[in-house]
Amino acid sequence: MAVDEGLKIELGKQGVFVTTLQELYNWGRRSSVWPMNFGLACCAIEMIATTMARYDMARFGAEVFRPSPRQADMMIISGTVTKKMAPQVVRLYNQMAEPRYVIAMGACAISGGPFKQGYNVLKGIDRYIPVDIHIPGCPPRPEALLEAFMALQKKIDAQHLTGEDRPRHLDAEAQGLFPVPGQGEHDLEPAANKSVWTVPVVIR
Amino acid sequence: MTSTPYFSLAVLFVGALGFGLAPLGLAWLWGKLYSPAKPNALKNAIYECGLESKGDAWVEFRSAYYLYAIIFLIFDVEAVFLLPFAVAFTGLGLAACLAMLVFVLLLIEGLAWAWAKGVLTWA
Repeated sequence: MAVDEGLKIELGKQGVFVTTLQELYNWGRRSSVWPMNFGLACCAIEMIATTMARYDMARFGAEVFRPSPRQADMMIISGTVTKKMAPQVVRLYNQMAEPRYVIAMGACAISGGPFKQGYNVLKGIDRYIPVDIHIPGCPPRPEALLEAFMALQKKIDAQHLTGEDRPRHLDAEAQGLFPVPGQGEHDLEPAANKSVWTVPVVIR
Repeated sequence: MTSTPYFSLAVLFVGALGFGLAPLGLAWLWGKLYSPAKPNALKNAIYECGLESKGDAWVEFRSAYYLYAIIFLIFDVEAVFLLPFAVAFTGLGLAACLAMLVFVLLLIEGLAWAWAKGVLTWA
């Protein structure tokens, strides 16, 4: 039951604060997203800068970078994902706590970027794991990462406790296992996870 | 009972304990009730660096390494006890010096044994 926004402000002026369980729950969730402590390439430097005093990601409750995937629920894919590294990234994603979120940071993470033509570069991590926020840029500035994080917070805030758009951890049907690709003869096998990514149709 | 001076402290202690434990309990209860566990082989894997673990964690070390342990012990223990002994040396009596001498001799005996065994020569 959502409380009328005008009524809420009016009550707030009188010193009465009303909320819903859902708002309270999402407020707690979005204010304590714990990122995982790993960087892949040059974007990681910007990510590190974001957590430091000048940009101060702690303002958003996301300063606790965890060195173990068991304690983290946000993965920042910060940099080029090579085909050698992709299985490890997917395996780490699988080991993270639910509900888990992914920010693909920079041109490489979202599409392969300047190395797209390279034989050893994955053309976007969203081929294997569901990405919540994509940030373009090479590398994106810390402000861009903060903007992306705020977008993720808005996304978490908009999730309902029940219904179709409920967060993954409340959904028994939500996919829990994302298969780890193996090293094939010429490419990763499979080349993409069909349940999260389909080959886009190019209209000429 | 309320007349004892510690009663208010006990009340505060229980309050503080509840303040810490209640959120943990509620979070656990919420997880039990609403958040279905979805374990799988990948998630339950032991190692957490992204790579697959290989082999057994119960590896054996060569028993020959006991020599390193013994020699480390000789020098380490000697250094730890000799330093305070040297600092307080001028204020010590004969008994303390004798006790220290016995202690150092015991360690030197171990060193002499290792030396005679040829452990100190670099192979």
